[in-house]
Amino acid sequence: MRIVVVNSGEPIYRQIEQQVARAVLAGELRDGDPLPSIRQLARDLRVSVITTTRAYTELEQHGFITTVPGKGCFARKPDPAQAHDQLRGEVNGHLREAVAAARLAGMSAADLVGMLERVLREDDHG
Amino acid sequence: MADALRVMGLCKSYPGFALTEVSFSLPEGYIMGFVGRNGAGKTTTIKCVLDMLARDGGHIEVLGHDAIDDQVTVKQDLGVVFDQPFYPPEWKVAQVGQALRPFYARWDEALFHRHIDRFGLPAGKRVRELSRGMGMKLMLAAALSHHARLLILDEPTSGLDPVARDDVLDVLADLISGGGVSVLFSTHITADLERIADYITFIDAGRVVFTGAKDDLADAYRMIHGGPGQATDQVRRRAIGLRSTEVGFSALVRSADRAGLPPGITDQAPSIDDVLIHIARQGDAR
Repeated sequence: MRIVVVNSGEPIYRQIEQQVARAVLAGELRDGDPLPSIRQLARDLRVSVITTTRAYTELEQHGFITTVPGKGCFARKPDPAQAHDQLRGEVNGHLREAVAAARLAGMSAADLVGMLERVLREDDHG
Repeated sequence: MADALRVMGLCKSYPGFALTEVSFSLPEGYIMGFVGRNGAGKTTTIKCVLDMLARDGGHIEVLGHDAIDDQVTVKQDLGVVFDQPFYPPEWKVAQVGQALRPFYARWDEALFHRHIDRFGLPAGKRVRELSRGMGMKLMLAAALSHHARLLILDEPTSGLDPVARDDVLDVLADLISGGGVSVLFSTHITADLERIADYITFIDAGRVVFTGAKDDLADAYRMIHGGPGQATDQVRRRAIGLRSTEVGFSALVRSADRAGLPPGITDQAPSIDDVLIHIARQGDAR
């Protein structure tokens, strides 16, 4: 599995979490596939152990991995409904953040919707 | 979770400088960055932990033992790396191992040779002929060869070029992956800690400003930026280490204060340097 950490302002634990979650959803990681241990992953990515622990904790809470004490961490195929809810929840969270930022910036609802439509168009083309 | 190092209410004063009630703890198996500018008290704290300086007050525990009273036990578990090797300059690399061996119950000569190989240290070279990076690696090799469980590194990367610093970070990342070793790493090059450190203790003018998980440090503060007209009194009252120019201003604020600021001010998560610089600047201004 490929995990890349960049300095994007996005917290590192979330970058790891999202990439593992995507690998599971895309079927790149199959049910029961072993994942690197928390400490091994911290070493490989050169990030702190707390960061990888947090990423794995969130992944486990969201049902993408399971931890077997003494054995390690394994990918887990979430049931489709759960995966869908999870992604919807993420979208909702990001939208809330966008709305909060838009209010701070004094943007109108129309401005915000316009911006969303533009981003969607750019994404379709990209 | 057991603590590898626990410093409680440490006090030490010299004419013109005082370490005041310094307290922090490092859980076993993690890396703590010990940061602050030169003269903040990092080395004084470390020397008190190692009993190279007599403290005026406070209590220090290493892996559950009193660092001063149980010193003989504690030293077996402790590895120390300074910015310069503390071995006689005429010693050869291999002799360092032979000389240290009698002092450590768990000394592992074969492991020492594996480490000096891995670090590319020529066994026949003399200590005085080693570059800074090599000298540092020699101390690290020695610390690892008696199976130290707590490593204390005082400014290990300060004299190193970027490639050598990167090597050191690799070694530390390797060590931590086993889970049995803890590291206290003092430095003013915070870029080294930005990713690898689990905990940060930040000290300024002999007092602890922050100690805790690194992510909590980033969560506790925000860096704000705005235009020249936006540095109102309301902003100024909350700003820490305000820097204003003709084209704008930047400052650190507590995250709790962020919400109350006027619209149009942008904010972002601070780097460790941002926090360190702004808090130190605020302290100087007082």
